[in-house]
Amino acid sequence: MAKKTVPFQGTKEQEEKLLEMIKAHKGEKGALMPILQQAQDIYGYLPIEVQKIISDETGIPMERIYGVATFYAQFALQPKGKYRISVCLGTACYVKGSGQIYEKLQEVLQIQGGECTPDGKFSLEACRCVGACGLAPVMMVNDEVYGRLTPDDIQGIVDKYNA
Amino acid sequence: MENITIKINGMEVSAPAGSTILEAARIAGIDIPTLCFLKEINEIGACRICVVEVKGARSLVAACVYPINPGMEVFTNTPLVRESRKKTLELILSDHERKCLSCVRSENCELQKLCKDLGVEDESMYDGAKNEYELDESAPHMIRDNNKCILCRRCVAVCDKVQGIGVIGANERGFKTHISSAFEMGLADTSCVSCGQCIVACPVGAIYEKDNTKEVFDAIADPDKFVVVQTAPAVRAGLGEEFGLPVGSGVEGKMAAALRRLGFDKVFDTNFSADLTIMEEAHEFLDRVKNGGTLPLITSCSPGWIKYCEHYFPDMTDNLSSCKSPQQMFGATLKTYYAQKMGIDPKKIVSVSVMPCTAKKFEIGRDDQDAAGCPDVDISITTRELARMIKGAGLRFLDLPDEDFDDPLGEGTGAAVIFGATGGVMEAALRTAVEELTGEELKNLDFTDVRGVEGIKEASYDVAGMTVKVAIASGLGNARTLLNKVKSGEADYHFIEIMGCPGGCVNGGGQPHVPASFKNANDVRALRGKVLYDYDAANPIRKSHENPQIKKVYDEFFGEPGSHKAHEILHTTYVKREVNRIPE
Amino acid sequence: MKSLEELNAVQDKVKGLISLRLEDEGQANAATDGCRYHVLVCGGTGCTSSGSKQIIAKLNEEIEKNNIVKDVKVVQTGCHGLCALGPIMIVYPEGTFYSMISVDDVPEIVSEHLANGRVVTRCVYDETITEDGFQSMHETAFYKKQNRVALRNCGLIDPEDINEYIARDGYQALGKVLKEMTPDDVIKCLLDSGLRGRGGGGFPTGRKWQLAMGNDADQKYVCCNADEGDPGAFMDRSVLEGDPHVVLEAMAIAGYVIGANQGYIYVRAEYPIAVDRLKIAIAQAREQGLLGKDIFGTGFDFDVDLRLGAGAFVCGEETALLTSIEGQRGEPHPRPPFPAVKGLWEKPTILNNVETYANIPQIILKGADWFASMGTEKSKGTKVFALGGKVNNVGLVEIPMGTTLREIVEEIGGGIPNGKKFKAAQTGGPSGGCISADNYDIPIDYDNLIAIGSMMGSGGLIVMDEDSCMVDIAKFFLEFTVDESCGKCTPCRIGTTRLLELLNKISDGKATMEDLDKIEELAAYMKQNALCALGQTAANPVLSTIKNFRDEYVAHIVDKKCPAGVCKNLLTYSIDPEKCKGCTMCAKNCPAEAITGEKKKPHEIDPDKCLKCGVCMSKCKFDAIVRK
Repeated sequence: MAKKTVPFQGTKEQEEKLLEMIKAHKGEKGALMPILQQAQDIYGYLPIEVQKIISDETGIPMERIYGVATFYAQFALQPKGKYRISVCLGTACYVKGSGQIYEKLQEVLQIQGGECTPDGKFSLEACRCVGACGLAPVMMVNDEVYGRLTPDDIQGIVDKYNA
Repeated sequence: MENITIKINGMEVSAPAGSTILEAARIAGIDIPTLCFLKEINEIGACRICVVEVKGARSLVAACVYPINPGMEVFTNTPLVRESRKKTLELILSDHERKCLSCVRSENCELQKLCKDLGVEDESMYDGAKNEYELDESAPHMIRDNNKCILCRRCVAVCDKVQGIGVIGANERGFKTHISSAFEMGLADTSCVSCGQCIVACPVGAIYEKDNTKEVFDAIADPDKFVVVQTAPAVRAGLGEEFGLPVGSGVEGKMAAALRRLGFDKVFDTNFSADLTIMEEAHEFLDRVKNGGTLPLITSCSPGWIKYCEHYFPDMTDNLSSCKSPQQMFGATLKTYYAQKMGIDPKKIVSVSVMPCTAKKFEIGRDDQDAAGCPDVDISITTRELARMIKGAGLRFLDLPDEDFDDPLGEGTGAAVIFGATGGVMEAALRTAVEELTGEELKNLDFTDVRGVEGIKEASYDVAGMTVKVAIASGLGNARTLLNKVKSGEADYHFIEIMGCPGGCVNGGGQPHVPASFKNANDVRALRGKVLYDYDAANPIRKSHENPQIKKVYDEFFGEPGSHKAHEILHTTYVKREVNRIPE
Repeated sequence: MKSLEELNAVQDKVKGLISLRLEDEGQANAATDGCRYHVLVCGGTGCTSSGSKQIIAKLNEEIEKNNIVKDVKVVQTGCHGLCALGPIMIVYPEGTFYSMISVDDVPEIVSEHLANGRVVTRCVYDETITEDGFQSMHETAFYKKQNRVALRNCGLIDPEDINEYIARDGYQALGKVLKEMTPDDVIKCLLDSGLRGRGGGGFPTGRKWQLAMGNDADQKYVCCNADEGDPGAFMDRSVLEGDPHVVLEAMAIAGYVIGANQGYIYVRAEYPIAVDRLKIAIAQAREQGLLGKDIFGTGFDFDVDLRLGAGAFVCGEETALLTSIEGQRGEPHPRPPFPAVKGLWEKPTILNNVETYANIPQIILKGADWFASMGTEKSKGTKVFALGGKVNNVGLVEIPMGTTLREIVEEIGGGIPNGKKFKAAQTGGPSGGCISADNYDIPIDYDNLIAIGSMMGSGGLIVMDEDSCMVDIAKFFLEFTVDESCGKCTPCRIGTTRLLELLNKISDGKATMEDLDKIEELAAYMKQNALCALGQTAANPVLSTIKNFRDEYVAHIVDKKCPAGVCKNLLTYSIDPEKCKGCTMCAKNCPAEAITGEKKKPHEIDPDKCLKCGVCMSKCKFDAIVRK
């Protein structure tokens, strides 16, 4: 019944960093969100092992932490790909055809939105406006922005990261 | 507090300042329907069933949380309001598994009642995509069926705010929002204490106890089995509600008659072992006081509380009384003393308990609860399950005569019957301990300081030159508050009674469902509790140590309270548990 | 700094830093830093995405190469607004407006313009080129009708240098408030100015502060809503990226007025540049004593902390935002109690959005009358819009309230690309509606927009042409609200999903006219019954498109046609035998092998096999594919 996550591979260093970070927030009101954000910075996602530590250290019930983690789109329970591709489906991009870009990526990567390729290389997600409406339609690979896209550009961009 | 005058449906109503529209309407003789609202527990305005029109407001407002203000004009029954409520119900039904005929809550489902009252004509009006969930059957005591959940979050509020546990909550968001535990773990993998308060909070059939009635019927039908039943004090204060009697009706005699007609070989009473518990626990208390044992001593009758202590206060398990709970003491005595006395092979005895409690289903499977080499109690059913058996057997409950329990394990005192209300164990213990300490007969048996439904009660008594400080908590959130005071040194008590459910066993997780509309306006805990205090007052024997059958069982079998044999049979041990565990 | 006098002294000292750039104020004197040129490169998100960071690096490299380091200062600013033409670079004192420049253009601009004073005309924004030379960007159609109040420093100052803000009268308003005004004076000033909340609702800001001021409490809070979540809206981000101090200053003013010593800015984590600049601004303000204890020696304490959103649109709703700051699921709760009474951690709290705050220091310094002189009767001042969609000048514009939609689209926006016709404009994001051409000339303000079934919202303005299907647009917004519904109340959690299902039925050609009635009923129900504004307004895009484009809905339902040619399941592709040359390109590219025909003879599409992907149409060189 419990959700399966990929095997946890956290390191001692990460755990030390996590504990130190939680300590720095001790006594701070409403610190759960910043703690989760920083924990995700450390681990890349928020598996049960990490949420358990946060619960043990803060006394916040693990279910409440999980409830928060599953409420906000930013928090991930699964690791993301090495290259995180997000396609803007904001209004401006949408009317300029970002829907086709998104479909094309699913076809090229052979995964659905929200998934990660089996080799851990790419993950794909839709996002809301990244504020580059002048370049619509737009997608991002990690922090790099690709604008004025057509579906024909996609294979080439993916190949660049596959090289 | 001063009153405010408002108009509801054109009529002037005066209600205390700070009242909600819902409360003011009630004063005006109008019940505004609610679904998610539980007074002081779940005031979130989420379900939108209670919407009303307020003159000047941009949209309808939720009457359950909207405060009244002077001159306000409210309309509770306009076409807009009626249509809105109906649509809300139709939307809920569109994502609700409508297996109503086979639903455990059929006929006392709050959603069903609203649909009927508000005139829903087409339950498939808005059918579309439905969420589908696996059942969580992992816990020993209950099943969670999210397919029927309507997301009122009453269970969440009770688990988190009242019990301070919070193992269930809302996860994901939007249409996918659902109630579950962290990482969709089964409840058995969490620190759920099996109190069942979520079950009695649920308006629909999304949370219910595991039904063991078939096993009981089968045992009764088996000629090789000697099937014995015990009933906890609080059951007699609740069972009648299942047959249409008002909350606060005592049905001890009819219950005994019904059990006999169901075919139990012996109909006994947990009151007997409640008295036995007092003998052992009072002895343990005096022993700890005299010999410098761990204090405060904390009662161990409530298995929800015990599991809570093991999870959340593992460093305080030494404070727990080593006494088994009355249910287990009864089973242990049944399968040792009684079996021996009657010459029955304990393995052939099926020991059934009827409890106001779901944690009892967990307790019967604990380690060190098998005095005769087999489980002290084999099957534990709730008050609700007993009612189901009675109905299933076609017994005309209200027409049954009042009958007595069987001898010898059916004899209980007034001290025992009040175990079912918060403070009752403490009062019963005081009646025995004070007489033991002073060697004098008590003039007044009513320790009123420890009565009442308040979450935390304190009292101190000067007994034989010693000041005995006691405290009582019911509801685990209150227990936590109290124990933190003890841990911090802010309070030093000698003896603490803790019950897992708010108000004690009368309000247990196994008791009959009472609709929120009633609970929001009446104190069910007090009404049921009064039944028990009335039984106590009417009982000629009101002190555990004066129960003739108790004296006999010590004379014939245990020797004296705290004896080696008593320890072997009537006492148990505890474990330390984690709060967060990663399931394998 | 310990006093207002110190602030004034600092301002005097740093004023010269930016004087070179103030063309419109007639102060374009040599900068005190001795530079001949200030090169302002836009570092907003749009221009950064199109490469402004690399341009700055190249600039510095080339400047060094040309040995003019002492003559030229390169400044990374916030957004200039004209994102469609990014990256943008402006050279002062002339105010030469370079647009869409690439790294390769930089050596020439440096050696020609910066080293030798010769403008590189080929890189200059063509609108600024006139017969007799160049005109200021402020004379161009895009900028002419704009009036920058909230954005006055965006694109002009270095947002990472507090001194440049101080040079532009920064923190003077706070000084004035603390030294010369009582909280009541400030409230009166705000009420007189007519400032209304720029986040969407349009509640009078002075009134909001007044409510919070009147509640006694041991602790109060001032919060800033920078959780700009409307798809296609980036007004607040631009303010934070271009002028972060203005928000801090206004929040401190609010703190003084209501008696709060702590502020929180709740900003989207998706805005990394804004977050960084806010962090820098807070650190600098603390260092200068403009945040912290005993500000200007008046005994007033105020500090600000950042809280990052985590991707939940509903957190733009005030009660949800506060719940999120508390570290919980960002679910709204019923009002009353209003935040001004019971807000963050149950304490009186005010929450304003970024643009609202950005107006306040100017209102304090220039007076309520100045602000009230702009705009319409009930909507004073200016409003920033993020102009997007099918319009030439995509970008950020700040216009006086009362400007018409036509002026925005046709003049400022430069019209619709490819000679297409204006069909509708969407304002107010997922809570707003579509304005049809019938209302092209309505002056835009809070009340007019509501009257025509839309709303101001935070300022997203998406233009649509004849190729946009209104059912599809309604679906788009509803998909958004379905995704972003918090799931707490029944009408929104289930209602939005059911509404979307009904719309899908329409665009799949499976709906009946009864379904349209059902949609309208459900939409009206949600408006009345949902717990928060998100749910109450979720159906607006549906209702407004039905109201303004009912024929289009009917065409989908009755004729099973999508007039705009968008809804896939209602389209049919065929080949015009007159035009088809039998080149076989379409057949070769068809993923479904639905096209057959002999070489050099007209081809045919099998409608049963056709996936309606449109590939044939994009491949045909002879315009022979017909989509209906």
